[in-house]
Amino acid sequence: MCRTVDLRQAVLARNDGSARELRAALAARGTVAVNLLSSPGSGKTALLEAELGLARRRGVPVAALTADLATENDALRLARSGAPVKQVLTDGLCHLEAVMLAGHLTGWLPDDTRLLFVENVGNLVCPASYDLGESLRVVLASVTEGEDKPLKYPTAFGLANLVLVTKADLAAAAEFDEAAFLANVARVNPGVEVVLTSARTGQGAGVLLERALAVLDGAEPHRPVMAAAQDHGHGHGLHHHEPVVVRDGS
Amino acid sequence: MHEMSIAVAVVEQVEAAAREHGMPGVARVRLHVGELAGVVPQALDFCFELACAGTLVEGAVLEAESVAARARCRACAVEWAVGMPPDLGCPSCGGGSVELLSGRELQILDVEWAGLPDVRAGQEG
Repeated sequence: MCRTVDLRQAVLARNDGSARELRAALAARGTVAVNLLSSPGSGKTALLEAELGLARRRGVPVAALTADLATENDALRLARSGAPVKQVLTDGLCHLEAVMLAGHLTGWLPDDTRLLFVENVGNLVCPASYDLGESLRVVLASVTEGEDKPLKYPTAFGLANLVLVTKADLAAAAEFDEAAFLANVARVNPGVEVVLTSARTGQGAGVLLERALAVLDGAEPHRPVMAAAQDHGHGHGLHHHEPVVVRDGS
Repeated sequence: MHEMSIAVAVVEQVEAAAREHGMPGVARVRLHVGELAGVVPQALDFCFELACAGTLVEGAVLEAESVAARARCRACAVEWAVGMPPDLGCPSCGGGSVELLSGRELQILDVEWAGLPDVRAGQEG
């Protein structure tokens, strides 16, 4: 009598399927989504304010969706740029998922949007596991967080297409060891670009916008080593699910 | 704690399979969890029990098998266990073209049914 069934299903198959659909739908309308991940307080919103301002001045139609457990503070800050901004309250959930994002975009995202910045929930653990249908995943770390952050959160840093160091104007005061940070990033994500930025001084501001516009123009972002094996059982992009096969038990 | 979302995804898929095969219960669910999957097995175990409540999967045992992360250098073909935190630079030639062979798995392997229905027609088992 058969007692087991061979499933071979990726646990996150449903999210990854939704992410693929969303990525295709965004591509079809000429929109690139950028997923921003970092710990709370690292300066995602400040950097995003700068990028939205630059994009608006250059006439690039941008929009931003920002996720938090509570308050609309970030949306109010970002809206000052004049770009369409939406605040998502996750009701305690620690990350965004592709279906949630797709639902929030429906009826809100203006048709002419070329770049959609998604400010994920401030957390380096959970958001790393969820493909949102983005074409550029960016991880931020501030100079005050310690050089070993990439080693402590290898999945988040290992899956990034681009790494931004924020609050570079505080580097000296924080005794930030740039060489150590770069070595730690290279260890989990060889070849990924790391850019020092400061929303206060303007250092590196606009790099994120440049990289996002390049992807919009068809440039292939850096492909992390860790992303490759997602095709085996994690279902990002190339994974095909094997059919459910019932073993002939005895 | 995203382990709850992951546990719910596992339970949904297993319950769907149970219905598809006409099975009344589930005794065991085996998972492959890669070293770099970003999942804490103990947290997943805890969440699985909660996510199972009131479903066909209630009472099932979750067996999460850890899969070690291994990588291979495309230039010099050396293979190594990358460890945790992972070291994804080639330890032999330092080359930048590296392939991750395993360690990102988050996959339901198989399911063992419980309380199989009586095969005699029309009777509840």
